[in-house]
Amino acid sequence: MTCDGLSYSTQEMMAVAAARVLRDGTSCFVGIGLPSTAANLARRIHAPHLALIYESGAVGARPEHLPLSIGDGVLAETAEAVISVPEVFNYWLQPGRIDIGFLGAAQIDRFANINTTVIGDYAEPKVRLPGAGGAPEIAASCREVFVVVSQNTRTFVEQLDFVTSVGHGTGPGARATLGLRGAGPTKVITDLGVLCPDPDTGELVLTEVHPGVDIDDVRAATGWEVAVAADLRTTPAPSDVELGMLRQLENATGKPSDA
Amino acid sequence: MAELVSLGEAVQEAVHDGDTVALEGFTHLIPVAAGREIIRRGLRDLTLVRMTPDIVYDQLIGAGCARKLVFSWGGNPGVGSLHRFRDAVENGWPVPLELEEHSHAGMANRYVAGASGLPFAVLRGYAGTDLPSVTSTIKQVTCPFTGEQLAAVPALNPDVAIVHAQRADRSGNVQLWGLIGVQKEAVLAASRSIVTVEEVVDELTPMPGAVVLPGWALGYVAEVPGGAHPSYAQGYSERDNAHYQSWDAISRDRESFDAWLRQKVFA
Repeated sequence: MTCDGLSYSTQEMMAVAAARVLRDGTSCFVGIGLPSTAANLARRIHAPHLALIYESGAVGARPEHLPLSIGDGVLAETAEAVISVPEVFNYWLQPGRIDIGFLGAAQIDRFANINTTVIGDYAEPKVRLPGAGGAPEIAASCREVFVVVSQNTRTFVEQLDFVTSVGHGTGPGARATLGLRGAGPTKVITDLGVLCPDPDTGELVLTEVHPGVDIDDVRAATGWEVAVAADLRTTPAPSDVELGMLRQLENATGKPSDA
Repeated sequence: MAELVSLGEAVQEAVHDGDTVALEGFTHLIPVAAGREIIRRGLRDLTLVRMTPDIVYDQLIGAGCARKLVFSWGGNPGVGSLHRFRDAVENGWPVPLELEEHSHAGMANRYVAGASGLPFAVLRGYAGTDLPSVTSTIKQVTCPFTGEQLAAVPALNPDVAIVHAQRADRSGNVQLWGLIGVQKEAVLAASRSIVTVEEVVDELTPMPGAVVLPGWALGYVAEVPGGAHPSYAQGYSERDNAHYQSWDAISRDRESFDAWLRQKVFA
């Protein structure tokens, strides 16, 4: 799907915007899906020394095509080190060695707390989601967290049905009280724009809109009255290089075979 | 001392109705063939333990083998939902499924405690989340040295652990490499164990990063080439991503899943 008059889709804009925030020379704990796409895109464009850590145990993976899962063979085969799963969590994530955690969300609230467990009541769920995976400790222990998620009122909700991973909790000071040592979510990148927490309140503020997106589009897609930065910027559109590389990466995912 | 047997014999000897069973393998080396053997034998009331239930537990759950699931992430990696898992949780089909859910860090540490002969593990985890309110096996402890509040989770000691590996020698020593997940911890935490391997060889030549499980610490070893499919065994096969994608349609409704069971498991 492409936006009116644009040569790229909103999903592509989101992936490119997410890739841009990854700095060269940092380490990034990567989940599958958009985070993996963005991290691999960044590594090919502006961050060749971005160290990708997959929870399956591939540290410093350099996959030549996008893996479908966090455990595809291409990850271990190209990694600097292959380690056990307890080691991933105990030696690498828990002590705060990893700069950036990259997470998705089924629901997110104004403090960037995340639900990936259930929609509806836990005991009688409307939708049973996959659950926590590595996310609670990634959100707790990475130096900072970026969230990548499509923005709509089903996802951006006033009240989470379940808190799977803590963002800024109930507001200022909440992370420190809970003993969470990383900074928590510093950017939420969506298909409409970018939100960052207000340093005083911990609440997400719209700081960027993508080309062709109005503030009202963002308001209509957010389940609370979203704050907007005074110096709201427009995200630069994806360059030909970014788009070309992204499409090349995505076309190489998965291989046909008999079921 | 490990006995080299057929997969059927291994499952018959080691797995019984009502057991707590852990089939491990983190994306890589998932013992899928052993899972199908459990279904074929009609085992019931199992407590299934696994960090990522994956297709292997979607099949066991859909076939009605499980009473309870202990896990940390229940999706089809890179594809979406595990539909048989969801049908069991959301609709109690074919039988209700009790859940005990953790994070990956919690599950990994529970296996480490189990392998270490300790009653519980300690970690920085779960703080501020709703998980402790729904999972009774998440508690807090105070560090006796610093006074810090930390999460405590009980050891996992399954009745049986089942893993897949690249190869074994004729004495039942097992060698695996690539993404090694929590296989070693699961085997050492369990009372009994089954390892399926791609091949049995005369000699285990060293491989970079390989883990060797000595035969004297194992129960049964069975040669099952391709036993991890659609997962994979590094050096032997590639992950069959197309199969993971096609599982979405096979598992989406009860009729197509039952047809799959009849054709692929019971035929």
